[in-house]
Amino acid sequence: MTIDQATVRKIASLARIAISDAEAAAMEGELNGILGWVEQLGEVDVAGVEPMTAVIPNTLRLRDDVIDADPLTGGNRRDDVLANAPAAMHGFFGVPKVIE
Amino acid sequence: MTELTNLTVAQIRDGHRAGDFSAVEVAEAFSANVAGAKALNAFIVETPEHALAAAKTADADRAAGTLKPLSGVPIGMKDLFCTNGVQTTAASHMLEGFIPRYESTVSQKLWDAGAGMLGKLNLDQFAMGSSNETSYFGNVISPWKRKDGGNAALAPGGSSGGSSTAIAARLCPAATGTDTGGSIRQPAAFTGISGIKPTYGRCSRWGIVAFASSLDQAGPMARDVRDCAIMLENMAGFDPKDATSLDMAVPNWEAALSSDLKGKTVGIPKEYRLEGIDPDIDAMWDAGIAMLKDAGADVVEISLPHTKYALPAYYIIAPAEASSNLARYDGVRYGLRDLPDGAGLQDMYAATRADGFGAEVKRRIMIGTYVLSAGFYDAYYTQAQKVRTLIARDFEQAFASCDVILAPTAPSAAFGLGEKMADPLAMYLNDVFAVPASLAGLPAMSVPAALNREGLPLGLQIIGKAFDEQGVLNAGLAIEERAGFTARAEKWW
Repeated sequence: MTIDQATVRKIASLARIAISDAEAAAMEGELNGILGWVEQLGEVDVAGVEPMTAVIPNTLRLRDDVIDADPLTGGNRRDDVLANAPAAMHGFFGVPKVIE
Repeated sequence: MTELTNLTVAQIRDGHRAGDFSAVEVAEAFSANVAGAKALNAFIVETPEHALAAAKTADADRAAGTLKPLSGVPIGMKDLFCTNGVQTTAASHMLEGFIPRYESTVSQKLWDAGAGMLGKLNLDQFAMGSSNETSYFGNVISPWKRKDGGNAALAPGGSSGGSSTAIAARLCPAATGTDTGGSIRQPAAFTGISGIKPTYGRCSRWGIVAFASSLDQAGPMARDVRDCAIMLENMAGFDPKDATSLDMAVPNWEAALSSDLKGKTVGIPKEYRLEGIDPDIDAMWDAGIAMLKDAGADVVEISLPHTKYALPAYYIIAPAEASSNLARYDGVRYGLRDLPDGAGLQDMYAATRADGFGAEVKRRIMIGTYVLSAGFYDAYYTQAQKVRTLIARDFEQAFASCDVILAPTAPSAAFGLGEKMADPLAMYLNDVFAVPASLAGLPAMSVPAALNREGLPLGLQIIGKAFDEQGVLNAGLAIEERAGFTARAEKWW
């Protein structure tokens, strides 16, 4: 299976990465090289094999339903959460206008 | 007195405890080496004040009789670990200027154990790379040079290339690394130091910038096996903030170190004998087999039949997880924002991510997006996860007849900077021996074993059963004692 430049642009759009025509052209070759190489996995007989979900057997834990049990990951940390935002305003994340 | 920066972690700890020197002297000596090694570009941020403050505490604790396991030991912190109040970039433009308001679990554990931080170490951008050439902050240069009279700059390995270079050049006695598909072991091998990736889940991932969550695992890098054991004891442990953290006690790995391998069986995977491989690599491997026999171990040939499929499976699974993890960089909550004039939200995302990610990171996000997209998910991602099951099963079956596995860490010695950057596939192939253990979540370490004909270090890899870091460390120690690797890079920087 090979991908063309239109597909490269579609993937870039899905990944929300702006690319120029020159970048799309370069990436077409690179991605086809990598995808052609990984396709050898198709040779492996996987009949009856379950896809891996957890590499080391582990159980999912439930924590006690306590608010702010861990103050670091609990609530009331608005200023910490916003400290690295590129455009925090009035205690919120600022974004460009999304409705007309 | 020996130069302080030539001491190992254990020697610093014990010498400080005995009153041979102060922790402040140690911190100042290493900080001076860091400041004098700009040419290596191992650090993105230097934090001598952090190391000095920890050292003063260590000296006070010594006077008060309240020493901690790593009191007086300054270390390097890979810039993938979030550090409270200190810039954390993952070597990306995207996170340039990002100053976390919290501390990663692993780094917090190290500070709680008394260690100090000399600085944040350079790496491949978002830990994606095998040569440290994808960092936004420039290449790390290995301290090693080929003995051919040339002056070619060599790769320190990746992604933990700042860590490997800093230790090999005596800028720090130990450092943290992370290993997703060889990122601790391969740089350790390239620079003649040791490093261990523990069982998946031993070290909390909380506060480590995520690459591929089912593979990412932190571990220590240091000059010898004992130091790796000491560091790992102070990095590992259950953390409720990481859903995949192992709820198991941390063993006293250092106390149980033993290079007596009587009664142990070492497996040699026949599929790792690659045709056309550098004869120096095979010679080192054979020498390693002899060393483990000498330590009392039995040696058997084993088979890991799906080995050749590990790398292609990895290059589906890791990019798939990366494309999902890196979706968080949206120019809204933290990191870079690129807002072209008149742009809407979608254009802002696309411009921010185009500007903030380097070429290799984009390549992997694109691959990951493609293999997870509708219509291709089963053919690529599900197939890769099934192959991953088979790779893990290969190891399970092999461990029925052996206790640890011995193999080379990498198929070559360090290559020159720029030699492989034009061909992503050639770069990926450098992790051929490292990736299978990552896919199976197993503990694995690299120890320096020999110099090749160019005078460059080569590493041997020991892979163990899940949770058997002790077996890995012990076999590593047996090699270390017999290899007698004392070579170091001549100072040119």
